[in-house]
Amino acid sequence: MKAAVIVFPGSNCDRDVRRAVSESLNTAVDMVWHEDEAFAPGTDLVILPGGFSYGDYLRSGAMAARSPIIKAVREHADRGGLVLGICNGFQILTETKMLPGALLPNTSLTFICRRCHIRVERTDNKFTAGLKEGEILQFPIAHHEGLFFLPDDELKILEDAGRVVFRYADPDTGRAGAEYAPNGALNGIAGICSEKGNILGLMPHPERATIAHLNGGTDGIRFWRSIAEAFKERGAC
Amino acid sequence: MDYKSAGLSDSEYERINELLEREPNSLETQLIGVMWSEHCSYKSTKRLLKTYPSTGRYVLQGQGENAGVVDVGEGWGLAFKVESHNHPSAVAPFQGAATGVGGIIRDIIAMGARPTASMDGLFFGDPSLKKTENLSKGIVEGIGAYGNAVGVPVVGGKTFYSPCYTDNPLVNAFCAGFVRLDKMASSQTAKSGDFAVLLGSKTGRDGIAGASFASRELDEDSKASKPQIQIGDPFEEKLLIECCLDLLDKDLIASMQDMGAAGILSSSSEIAHKSGCGIDINVEMIPLREKGMEPWEIFLSESQERMLLIVEKDKLDPVFALAAHYGLDCAVIGNMTDSGRYRVYDRGELIADLPTSILGNAPEAVWPSAAPDDSGSGSADRAALASKDPESDLLSLISCHNGRSKHWIWEQYDSMVQLHTIEGPGSPVAAVEVPDTKRACLLTMEAEPYKCRTDPYIGASETMALSLRGLWVAGAEVLGMTNCLNFASPEVPEKFYELEQSIKGLADTCRDLDCPVVSGNVSLYNETASGQIYPTPLVVTAGLVKDRDSRLPSGKASSGDSLYIVGGPCGSLGASRYQVMKEGGPKGVTVLPDHDNEKAFRERALMTAENGAASSGRAVAGGGLAIALANEVLASGCGLSVKTDISVPPEEILFSEGGARAVYAVPAEKEKGFEKIWKGFPCIKAGTFGGTVYEWQDMFRIDIARLKKAFMEGSC
Repeated sequence: MKAAVIVFPGSNCDRDVRRAVSESLNTAVDMVWHEDEAFAPGTDLVILPGGFSYGDYLRSGAMAARSPIIKAVREHADRGGLVLGICNGFQILTETKMLPGALLPNTSLTFICRRCHIRVERTDNKFTAGLKEGEILQFPIAHHEGLFFLPDDELKILEDAGRVVFRYADPDTGRAGAEYAPNGALNGIAGICSEKGNILGLMPHPERATIAHLNGGTDGIRFWRSIAEAFKERGAC
Repeated sequence: MDYKSAGLSDSEYERINELLEREPNSLETQLIGVMWSEHCSYKSTKRLLKTYPSTGRYVLQGQGENAGVVDVGEGWGLAFKVESHNHPSAVAPFQGAATGVGGIIRDIIAMGARPTASMDGLFFGDPSLKKTENLSKGIVEGIGAYGNAVGVPVVGGKTFYSPCYTDNPLVNAFCAGFVRLDKMASSQTAKSGDFAVLLGSKTGRDGIAGASFASRELDEDSKASKPQIQIGDPFEEKLLIECCLDLLDKDLIASMQDMGAAGILSSSSEIAHKSGCGIDINVEMIPLREKGMEPWEIFLSESQERMLLIVEKDKLDPVFALAAHYGLDCAVIGNMTDSGRYRVYDRGELIADLPTSILGNAPEAVWPSAAPDDSGSGSADRAALASKDPESDLLSLISCHNGRSKHWIWEQYDSMVQLHTIEGPGSPVAAVEVPDTKRACLLTMEAEPYKCRTDPYIGASETMALSLRGLWVAGAEVLGMTNCLNFASPEVPEKFYELEQSIKGLADTCRDLDCPVVSGNVSLYNETASGQIYPTPLVVTAGLVKDRDSRLPSGKASSGDSLYIVGGPCGSLGASRYQVMKEGGPKGVTVLPDHDNEKAFRERALMTAENGAASSGRAVAGGGLAIALANEVLASGCGLSVKTDISVPPEEILFSEGGARAVYAVPAEKEKGFEKIWKGFPCIKAGTFGGTVYEWQDMFRIDIARLKKAFMEGSC
């Protein structure tokens, strides 16, 4: 599997994602500058990393959604290619409308960085097929705008379509939902996917739970492997 | 401009006339006035700072650069420094703190290092006041907003509350970064013929003469000082980091200096002076944010996110190309000469012409020193200190603002970005990995204002020793320290005495215990009409473990482990947290660190970590033994039952502070080895970890859940 990480000028998790993916999947990762207009031929997975793409003084991700590389991201997704948005990457995907909803400021109105638990809600997409439905993962969060929001009727459509992939959860009881969301996300939504299941956006950072000797845990390794395994079974898109 | 409004004294102005053999013009007066301000010149402390030990086996760059650098092995250096941003934060907490973070990050970039870990020393006033709540909220948000966006993790810090900081909070920003030794940058390597290039933000009217603002006490006029506060743009800073590191990687710059206090003036004159050159600057070539700025405003502007690069002629094109790639403004503003003079031209007209040495060498200010008679060094009142209810005293100590968890602060900071954090905030010793190696750098930040208040020499010595003990217990070799000296006006003899004695305490301890001082910052005039701050020297000490797995962590006690207390069971209640809680203000003195004893402790602590002879360890610090153990219980989630047969009053054994002391959790099979290591040093086996209760025979018995509530929520 060939991966590419987009580097916006204010991205700050780009190098982290590269390290996490290359160490856990033993694969080379392309770094693609935001002013570029195409990915290297044969790119399978495009990752939009966390950070503050263009400073995000306007709405988070609003300017990035209009940057040169986004056209290539859209085309890649239209061909069925994998697109993963983490944190600011998720915000950008909602701003491009490649994923529905919006990420609003946390209910605390403060930035929150801490370890946090999410439950795997669906495995019928191209990212989580290798995980178990209902299992709890520990991925850290670090954001100021992570409250996932959609109007009620659209939220129902999203839920009914089984597109909520991750929900904030209590590791002790295994329960998930709004009451466990550190940021006030509706229905405790931490990550969602596109209709075809090839675009995934999530607020928590799997790359921070990948390097064993660091302080974020190791559950991210299983997430990366799940993407790679599902990809291997399915073959290139 | 008359010299008095430029901040110059009569004698200083006379000296200038002598040196120039003429009267300076108005612009020149202004330039010299700022460069001779306390903030830029360290004129009151230069002499004292020279007493610091500055060399050591790991030191690559000591004081005098943008930051110190120590060798951490395998081709890597660690650049680090701590700097104050107290005055701006008192007036505009959010922006003041944010730009403090920005400034220290640029100091690290200026050494060629990628900023990798931040820590913040925060000193807030009376926590019951709305004012303190507002200031602390703004300061914490400002630090978070800037650091989170730039992507430099906060890995630890120190927060301390005392009413002496109510009107004058302190913000001490620390940053460290890793640099490949062959890519280290310097501000002393410019040569005649090179070009001076300004990279980053355009220059505006923000923060004009902030350096002189920081060189006097805060008064009512300070509120009208808002234009002297700078506004931060972390996005621009992030671009600067990437661009500067890219420039260095491609060997495109000869020298570099960040623009902090006194902006273009100080950066350009320092680089010329330190490199032994002259410099000509053309004021009309400096990109401006607004029209109609006077030359003095341009030179003194403290607009943020600017770096001064010194570039050889044939490298200008690639430098401009790289700046454009990152979307940064870039302009040639002058050139280095061999004239030894600092010359400013405005469209060809020479408007200032000074020897660079005059700007770089302010005359020293010598202040009289006198020991105060009201420092509270008299002994504490024994009767008032008796602990009649140890359980409630313990809960009060751990739930009070200084004792409780600071997660409300550090959860607002990104502590994990960059994937280097091994041990983050909430732990007494932070740890970050050295890139691409098994090595780790460990950091401790300490300040002991109560102890410095009652005896600045002993207090500063203990502050330094504390920061070392934390590293030793974790198993780290000490690399060096950086310090931020926060004091009141040096013009008051009793206050100058505090400054002088504190520096002496730090210097003596560092010298005897082998810790070179590699960088630092002094912030004076921390006082308002309502009073002066306690002497507050803050130190950050860096250490190295060659194998991160050999680091001895804290908070890892397991059920069944035995508790060992090493070092004497008691310190002093003088100026301890417990004493202040009982008596309302610091009284009495703490224990003066005995350096032979510290060395004996060091040797054994290092061996304990190296041999893996314990599962967890922590040095005894604020709140004493009972609080150190409470913190261990909370962090490990493991109960503890303590038994000692020492016949001293409860408060002595539970809450006294000072001295080389630590607590360890030792698994049964390692007890023999542990005891062998500590032979010849006070060491007692005093209990067992396990269960859900923290108890001390005949003194208290507290459920962990209750202890946790007190610690996390501040209520009991």
